[in-house]
Amino acid sequence: MKSLSRSIPLTVTLLACAFLLIPIIQSVLAGLTVNYFRGLSSGLTLKWIGEVWTLYAGSIFLSIGLALACLIVTLILGVPAAYALARNPGRASRVLEEFISLPLAIPGLALALALLQLYGGWTDFRTSWLFILVGHVLYTLPFMVRSVLSVLAAIDLKTLEEGAASLGASPVRRFVDIVVPNALPGILAGALTVVTLSIGEFNLTWMLHTPYLKTLPVGLADSYASMRLEIASAYTLVFFVMIVPLLVAMQWASARAQRIAQ
Amino acid sequence: MTQRHFVTLCLVPLAVFTMAFLAIPLGRLILASGKGEAGWAIYLQILQTPRYLSTLVQTVVVSLAVTVAALAVSTTAGLFLVRNRFRGRNLLLSILTLPLAFPGVVVGFMIILLGGRQGLVNALTPGHVVFAYSVFGLFLGYLYFSIPRVLLTVMAAAEKIDPALEEAAQTLGAPPHRIVIDVLLPALAPALIAAGAIAFATAMGAFGTAFTLATDIDVLPMVIYTEFTLSANIAMASALSVVLGVVTWALLLIARSLSGSTVAAGG
Repeated sequence: MKSLSRSIPLTVTLLACAFLLIPIIQSVLAGLTVNYFRGLSSGLTLKWIGEVWTLYAGSIFLSIGLALACLIVTLILGVPAAYALARNPGRASRVLEEFISLPLAIPGLALALALLQLYGGWTDFRTSWLFILVGHVLYTLPFMVRSVLSVLAAIDLKTLEEGAASLGASPVRRFVDIVVPNALPGILAGALTVVTLSIGEFNLTWMLHTPYLKTLPVGLADSYASMRLEIASAYTLVFFVMIVPLLVAMQWASARAQRIAQ
Repeated sequence: MTQRHFVTLCLVPLAVFTMAFLAIPLGRLILASGKGEAGWAIYLQILQTPRYLSTLVQTVVVSLAVTVAALAVSTTAGLFLVRNRFRGRNLLLSILTLPLAFPGVVVGFMIILLGGRQGLVNALTPGHVVFAYSVFGLFLGYLYFSIPRVLLTVMAAAEKIDPALEEAAQTLGAPPHRIVIDVLLPALAPALIAAGAIAFATAMGAFGTAFTLATDIDVLPMVIYTEFTLSANIAMASALSVVLGVVTWALLLIARSLSGSTVAAGG
């Protein structure tokens, strides 16, 4: 009985791991073999990665650029706002936090439809990369605000600021010299989350993009639909190489920020 | 500049952005849903048109099945990983949380690699087994991205359970399965409801996975997409989006009130 009660959960855990991992391995192998249909015996090659580069380098750079722009905007919008929310913890702040978190709960498709109906007629904006950026900022902003807010809420901002104020520091000075340094672990965790999510965002982007502005995940969907399996796999491999280190860094930073917040 | 003014000023950029790109667009979406031929009766029309109704039912059934399966798998694995320390434990944990950063399209591709025409199952089995493009493929895809989300919520809650409770039950002679049923599951109940709500809401709204897999399966996000792009039925696309958005938002609100945090939607 004792061994049974241990071996069943172990089996379930291992099966779940296999289910998640096997297709990842398949995709890595398929992206590196000469002919996936004939198997590994056909030899290993970097040819498909090279083809992905010629076909999709533009979309990879667009995604990196978008993620960085998204990071800058969420920092500018999110960090001061998180500070304001931390200084005024009350009902109004909670409602506002809940409202900006709506994009986490409402499917991206619905948000994209809402944006398209309001701004779709404004052609210059609709066809610019800024339109996609707006979608990415909407989706990632709540992560930045919450991450910074949870760290700021754990420290005694009021006492720290009063001390600085009595020494003659202006509100702006106190924000730069006290709030930002104290919030750094939260800012770092938020920043890594924003970049990771922006690079992988598909649901909003698919609706907002134009044929001239394809991001990495949009390019992936394109390759799954129209390219041979080896190229689709190689492109997925490129995506994994970008996203996995980001995910690991994000989990590390979030765990660190959470420890500080507790 | 006083402290009060400065703090208010800090909120201005966020407030302007949220107003322009979230509040007004959502308001416009709701208004647009009532601007079709049917007016506000369009919401009644969803329930009266067999195609939309069967889509709704199918989406709910698939999402429920995924929720139950993900809860079963992730609770079993999560409890096992919390209660046992062994070599390779961290590796298993990393594998189980890896798909968190995968967009829905990539998850769809993973299922194609498993069960598509050139897939692993088709290559290993003698018959012609292709399941990626069926409802079962969709179910597996949703399960793929739900397992990590549920696992993290369950593990966070399981780590907070006092081990003394379990020891007490053991001393009193409870067999392992009674400990699970009488001690662990009741302690985990709020986390399980929260994780279930997250899994259900994510599956309801998943677009990328369905887009990659569902050539002819009617699930809500796919129908919204085709109504908007192919039929140009803006009012119906908006109404279905409002219904979908309200359902997923309400579910995640429940989840948040029970567990205090949510793992990002997506898929």
